[in-house]
Amino acid sequence: MGKVATETVLDVNNLKVIFHTYAGDVKALDGVELSVRKGEVLGLVGESGCGKSVTALAVVGLLPPNAEIVSGEALLDGTNLLAMGKDELRLARLRDVAIVFQDPMTYLNPVLSVGLQITEIIASQPDLFIPEMIKNRLEEISAIEKSNGGLTRELQVEREKLQAASDTNRLGNDEQKRLTQLYAISILKSVRLPEPEKVFKMYPFELSGGMRQRAMIAMALVRRPKLLLADEITTALDVTVQAQALQLLQQLKEVIDTSVLLITHDLAVVAEVCDRVAVMYAGNVVEVADVTELYRNPLHPYTQGLLASVPRVDVVAEQKSIQGSVPDLMFPPSGCRFHPRCPKVFEKCPNAKPTLIEVSPGHLVSCFLFGG
Amino acid sequence: MRPKPLEAGELYGRRADLKYSLHLLKLNPVVLVGFIISIAALLIALISPLLVNPSSWHLQNLDLRLCWNNPAFNWGIGNVFDCPGKIYPLGTDQYGRSLSEMMILAIPIDLQIALEVVLSAVVIGVFFGSIAAYVGGILDELILRITDVFLAVPGILLAIVMIVVMGRSLFVLTLAVLITWWPFYVRLVRSQVLGEKEKPYVERLRAMGAGGPRILFEHVVPNSIYPILIQATLDIGSVILTVSALTFIGLTPSPLLPELGNLANQGIQYFFTAPWLILFPGLTILVISLGFNLLGDGIRDIFDPRLRR
Repeated sequence: MGKVATETVLDVNNLKVIFHTYAGDVKALDGVELSVRKGEVLGLVGESGCGKSVTALAVVGLLPPNAEIVSGEALLDGTNLLAMGKDELRLARLRDVAIVFQDPMTYLNPVLSVGLQITEIIASQPDLFIPEMIKNRLEEISAIEKSNGGLTRELQVEREKLQAASDTNRLGNDEQKRLTQLYAISILKSVRLPEPEKVFKMYPFELSGGMRQRAMIAMALVRRPKLLLADEITTALDVTVQAQALQLLQQLKEVIDTSVLLITHDLAVVAEVCDRVAVMYAGNVVEVADVTELYRNPLHPYTQGLLASVPRVDVVAEQKSIQGSVPDLMFPPSGCRFHPRCPKVFEKCPNAKPTLIEVSPGHLVSCFLFGG
Repeated sequence: MRPKPLEAGELYGRRADLKYSLHLLKLNPVVLVGFIISIAALLIALISPLLVNPSSWHLQNLDLRLCWNNPAFNWGIGNVFDCPGKIYPLGTDQYGRSLSEMMILAIPIDLQIALEVVLSAVVIGVFFGSIAAYVGGILDELILRITDVFLAVPGILLAIVMIVVMGRSLFVLTLAVLITWWPFYVRLVRSQVLGEKEKPYVERLRAMGAGGPRILFEHVVPNSIYPILIQATLDIGSVILTVSALTFIGLTPSPLLPELGNLANQGIQYFFTAPWLILFPGLTILVISLGFNLLGDGIRDIFDPRLRR
């Protein structure tokens, strides 16, 4: 936190998504504006059904077939993910954008070992990973050298061989297999799985929920993605394991240079790990700010209501909630989508849609009270 | 029978699971019977060349045309229609061949056809069925309508027509049964893959940039293969029945061929003279196909996760 970074990894501009259903069109995303800066964790919060997951799925092109992207773009380092061809998108998914899903129980293939599921990612495009693998092994060897104060003859030979190979980026078949395995194990180690060599050979059913979630994160990290989309990764875990997963996420952000979009509805999680927060309501981003700024000085009425409705241990008072209920996105309210529930509604709200504007440095709000 | 209490650390893991499977197998005597029968049949098939000279079913130096339906011709050369006894445990047939030897030669022929048919049907089914389900759309329709064409004609009739048209040989016999068998597997695999491809891990793979063939054949198919293996085990018995039925009605490459259905067909002509000639081949067909059916049933019970733990 506190590190000033302005270069963005992901820019989502005016993203509109419609789901065509039998009953009618659901306007799920209504012009989402979002940017993830390099090296930060951006929290995306909002209540169920407000379009958090749809945003993430739209970015990686995994929306169900009845969804239609009406307009908008998702720029990853300047290239539009939404306009990519099939093969291009496949490579982008393999290399640049990783997504970790919420339920670790069902997102692993039950009949293949964890190690196999990690190494197959590498095996599918070995050329992409060879430099990384060689670098990783060389680092491991130097770590051994440091701790033992010297190297055995075998490791010296191996180092020389690897250094020679790193010039050409070519490896023999067996050598590649061996390095792949070592690399996978080192990744498993980096997500703090105990006994990574053993876990490598285990099947998903032999792992606990927390271990599976880490294995999933490992699968995402093998690729050293520019952007990690974490879709409610803590929801299916119990609280102690949640804490471990979040801690892991923070440590990883520092170790490997990855930006994270953390999707959650848990405001405590956001306060714990995020640098900035974007609040979503009914398919719109209504407020974006630094995490401390947002909690101290929420501007949008919805954010204020959201923060006020978090139960507190130290205050004995009746639980507050936002009046009204979530709008049916098949018939969204006119103008600002929050106006039917807004305590500060005035004439302008039902008639026009506010835009996201910068109120103070780094604090964006989409509300007519602040000029929007 | 209660299992031995498990020690700590023995409760989970692959070995414990395998142990539990074997325990379930022991609890179910019917499966055990099926298991023993199937293993015994396979063993006999494997060692039959050692037990009996594989070419002993030919009548050497005899013009086959003279032998056909002409037992009188052969009365001189052997012990025709011997009762089951010390020298010939199951008696001899109209050509003087030992029935026990002929049946030992017949079991591998039948099993080979059954295995060939089932394995090919599984391979064809997995390939076309999974592609139909995964790709969907026009390809799915096309493959399904082709299976419909084959399913519309009664299986046995289709096989008979094929054999009559293409000539009588073991290869054509195998092919004929396969032609009637593969559509079921295409449909079975398709239904399995349809359910499996919607699972979350497939979405994860897609999000990781895995290609279609990798997702389908390395992840989805291995996950949907168990019901297909069970069906295949069950079908070994059914194929043996079908093949014997075809040869029993006379669709055999040679009337001399030691094949269970053919032996029964030849035997029925001498029902009153030598009842063992129909009795023993018939019983063998019954026992072997029953054995594989029981085995398949048992495997289904053991693999069924609802019955486990």
